[in-house]
Formats: sequence, structure tokens, C-alpha cells
Amino acid sequence: MMILKMKKEDLSVFLETAKEWGELWGPTRKGERIAFEKVDGLSQMDLKATRTMIPPKKFLYPQRFTMFDFDDKGYVERTGHAPNRILFGVHPCDIHGIQIMDKLFLEEFKDPYYAERKEKTLLLGHSCIPDDKCMCTETYTEFIAEGFDLFFTDLKMFYLVWVGSSRGHDLVRLKPELFSRDIGKEDILSYNEYRKWKKSQIQAETDFTGMPDIFELGYDSLVWDELAEKCLACGQCTMVCPTCNCYNVVDEVELGTVDGTRDRFWDSCMFREYSLVAGGHNFRDKRVDRLKLWYTHKLQAYIGEFGEPSCVGCGRCVATCPVDINVVTVTEALREQEVGR
Amino acid sequence: MKKLRVILDEREVDGNPFQPDMWRIVRRYPLTNDVNFYQARAVDVDRTLLMDYLPGQFVMGSVSGDGEAPFCISSTPSRPGLLELCIRKMGTLTETVFSLKENQTIGIRGPYGNGFPIDKMEGKDILIIAGGMGAAPLRSLLLYALDNRDKFGKITYLHGARTPGEMLFREEFMQLKERDDLACLLSVDEDDTGAWTEKIGVVTKLFDEMEPIDAANTYAAVCGPPVMYKFVIQRLVGLNIPKHQILMTLERRMKCGIGKCGHCAIEYLYTCMDGPVFTYWDVLHMKELIGKGVSDNVIA
Repeated sequence: MMILKMKKEDLSVFLETAKEWGELWGPTRKGERIAFEKVDGLSQMDLKATRTMIPPKKFLYPQRFTMFDFDDKGYVERTGHAPNRILFGVHPCDIHGIQIMDKLFLEEFKDPYYAERKEKTLLLGHSCIPDDKCMCTETYTEFIAEGFDLFFTDLKMFYLVWVGSSRGHDLVRLKPELFSRDIGKEDILSYNEYRKWKKSQIQAETDFTGMPDIFELGYDSLVWDELAEKCLACGQCTMVCPTCNCYNVVDEVELGTVDGTRDRFWDSCMFREYSLVAGGHNFRDKRVDRLKLWYTHKLQAYIGEFGEPSCVGCGRCVATCPVDINVVTVTEALREQEVGR
Repeated sequence: MKKLRVILDEREVDGNPFQPDMWRIVRRYPLTNDVNFYQARAVDVDRTLLMDYLPGQFVMGSVSGDGEAPFCISSTPSRPGLLELCIRKMGTLTETVFSLKENQTIGIRGPYGNGFPIDKMEGKDILIIAGGMGAAPLRSLLLYALDNRDKFGKITYLHGARTPGEMLFREEFMQLKERDDLACLLSVDEDDTGAWTEKIGVVTKLFDEMEPIDAANTYAAVCGPPVMYKFVIQRLVGLNIPKHQILMTLERRMKCGIGKCGHCAIEYLYTCMDGPVFTYWDVLHMKELIGKGVSDNVIA
């Protein structure tokens, strides 16, 4: 791993230079909400904001896009239109989220749409300031060692810059004079301080260890019925989750022709139609079944498959759910309340 | 065949796995009043030969404008060149498929899913129990076993339908009764024709007609309407067939077939990748697979 040092005031110049590679996107503030937007430079970004409403998955896997154009002769793939993008200010939890998405979309049966956007996106991570909704220490995602091109850790007076890929190194080489290899003992101490400080900022008291067993034991718990009674099935939790990958596919036909597009868009397992098959049978007709699916998938099934939860502790479901159903409250309810039926 | 497999793998790596290939319907006729039989050949002839699949696998079939859905394969890989599908008129996509005539095309991609564990089943006795549309995927397994007759032990095929008119491949299975290297037992719940010469009653009644089986050496494969599973499984367990040798093929909503869209997830498994063929043991420890008293969630 290559770690370099950079002066705080040089970041702006560096990003200006990096724009040579492609569009620059970063976290911006719109009133209360934080969103990744296309920006001209550092001054338009808010690097102190804790989390964007929608995670950066939207760049690799847009909310809606066209997979194929079709006519009476067949289907023509629509790729090759993704722009080169530099995504600046991505936090460790979100980079962990992208690594989970990579597993789903790039390993077996590589998804060419995701692959293309991933290829054309440079991920420039940035250290974050946790708030009361963050729980990354519980998911071991508070730091990140790989999966980015560059990662900037803000140590007040300077940045430590992790170079995570050959392409990240290419960016460094655009302005090598901004970076130094001269990292002294003081710098190491202040990085250590930063790590301690970050861990100390996490206030959420939740514990995901043993969740596969807790879920199994509590599968028929009334806790689920109580939660389902409150749940609005609005699907916001799935839209804001950095590791939710479910999608639906529909064909759109131009009126009076046989020409059209096959479009793919985010779906949610909270929606009633999610498990509905032709003929009218619905495998998850009840809200409680759909709610169980989401939580058992994140905190039980994924652990069974990959040995870690697919929750990255970003706190978006905590911040978003209008009726306070989220990984923290569900975990706590199953742990603390009577689980037997 | 190995070389073809390599080409297919390369295609999976380099190509777009969502790209449907155009297949021409070369033959189409009704099996019952709402189920049609389709034989198709890829427009690109090389592609037809690349269609190397296992009994129990499925394809994603599509008609532009109406989208895609999973369809089980009814033909056997031991008779290459043609793909056979049984399609029931169930929704908008299948309604459009019903309007397609011979020589028109349909989009196909696949094959997907695990299929039946043929490697493990070879050398064993095979007991197949089909109910209604369940005959569609099981026909693939039956024909495969018959085409490789010397690789399997005793073959028993039980098939129940509501009426003679609703029995898929009725004539084909009646003909199989003439063979002496398998037991083919057919039944209908009720005979509305008055001309039915076989058993009348639910499919589990056929178990009484069957010769004794060597349970430890038998693989059972079941597919049928939800209500059938409970009773058939009871019989199979009662016969002492090991739970991991009782196979069933399930249905779920699918939008991709390759483990991406999420719809067919059951705990940590995807029906499209880890299924659609599961064992009774899977069903017992995966609550959502069939769960709730071997009821709701099974393929019809």
C-alpha cells in the first residue's frame, strides 16, 4: 500500500487537475439534504456532511436505465454511453457497500452495465465525521483498506492519501509535486489519534454478533408482527441502502410500433408485487414476510453466504425510515423482547 | 461437446448475459386447452448446438414489449438441436406467446439453474412423481433417463392430472406404458370422457400400484401443484427414501435468472442459481422454501 502526504490547501488544485480525467462529482448540500452532484470544484462540496441521502451506488447502478433497444429483429445492447466520472468524498462505509455490490454484479455472470460504469468511475474516498446514527464500528466498516482509487484522510493540518489502484496512482502523477512520501512519527501519531477519535464518535449501541442465531430463534416472534403493523411498505429503506441491489425489468413500447426499450429500475422487496408470479400467487403476500426477508437477508443470510453482514453501518435506514424500523431497532427488538411465540 | 462448452463459457464471460437470442418456433400445438407445446431452434444455428443443458434447468423466455419470464425446459439434452417448452397461458407475456405462430421468433437466454443432480442419480433407481404442469420439467428428466437407460436402475414414472384432457403429453406417456424397461402409471382425479383406461384417483393412489422400491438406492423427483407436495412427500418419507434424495423443483418470480435481481432469494439462496431443484432436506431447514406445512410456495 502506498500512503502519501498532501497539504490541505493543495486539494483544490489537485481536484482541478483531476478533472482532466472526467466529470467531478461530490457531496453537496441542498438545504437539509446532502446529495452527490456534479461540481466545478472543491468549493461547491460539503466534506463535513455525514451521509448523502442516496448512496453512491446510483452512479454504478442508476435508478433507471435502458438495457436493450429492441425491434422486430431482436435486442441491441445499450452500453458505451457512461461518462468518465470522478466521485470525490466517498466514505469508508459506502466503499464497503460498493465492494459488496461488486461481488453481486461482477463475480458470476458479470453484469456489463455495472461493469462499464465501475470501469469509468474513479472512487476518491474521504474520511468522515460520524453522527449519532452511524454504527460502522459494529459492522467493522469504519476504515477501508481497498476498493478505492485514492483515499484522503483529513488530519486537520494535512491529508494522508492512500493510493489504492494503478489508476489512482495515475491521478497522483498528474501533479506529483503536491504529494510527499515524507511521513514522520508525528504524522503517524496524529493518524492514530484520528482512529481513536473516530471510534469514540460512534454512539449507536447495537450488536450484530450472533444475529443469524437470533433471527433463527425469533423467526416466529410477535416482534415481527408488531413491526409489520407499523411498516408503511414504502421501500425507502431499500432505496437508500448501499447494498440493496434488487431491480425490476419492464419493456416500454412506442405506441403503434414494435420498437421499444427494455428498462431496468430499482425494485424493493417491501413492495407487494415483489414476489408475485403469473397466475396470481404471491410468495410474500404479507408485509411481515417482506419485512423479514429484508432483515434476514442483510443480517442473517448474507452472513451465512459471505461471513459478514451486508449492512455497512451507514445509518441511512435509521435516518430515513418514517416509522423508525431499521437495523438498530429490529436487532434490539429481537434481542431484548420475548422472541418465542 | 467439451469444446462447445468452452465457447459457451467464453460467451458468458465476455458477452452480455442478459442478451436474448432469437429462436424460431418450428412446431407448436396445444397439449391441453390452456397449455401449448413449443419446439424451437435458434436462428443462429451454432447457438442451438451450444444449448447444452441439464434436465431441470430453465431458460428466460421473452417477447419484446411483454418482458421476460422463466420457463422450465421440457426437452432432454440427449436429443440436441431443439428446445421444447410447455407454456401455460397465465399472464400478459404468455398470452402473447400463445398468439405466436410457427416460424415466428421468441427471445431465449439460458440455460440457468442447477438442474437435477444427474451425476449422483446415475446408477440409482429413479422415481418420478408429476402432477399437472409438473410434468413439464420432469419429462426432461424422464426422457434423459430413458435415453441413457443403461446408466440408471429401475425407473418408475407416476403422473396425475385432473382429467384426461388436462394430462400433458397423454399420448406420449400412454405409449411409454408399452415399454417393459420402466413402470409408467397414470391417473386422473376424474374421468369426464368415460374412455379413460387408466387409474382414477389422486396421484398418491399410484403409490399403491407400484412395485416395492429399494428406498436407500432411490432418487425421487417431485413437481406439481402446491397441494400435492404435502401428501406425496409424506408417502416418500414413509417409504424411507432419504430426505436428501427427494428432489423438488420450485418456482419464483425472476427478472434475471442469474442471481442479480434479487426476487427469487430465499434466505441465502437464489432459486435461479442454487435451485430451482432443491431437496426435501433443504425444504426442512430453509423456512421460506416451502415452509408452512409443505404448502404455498411450490411450483404449480
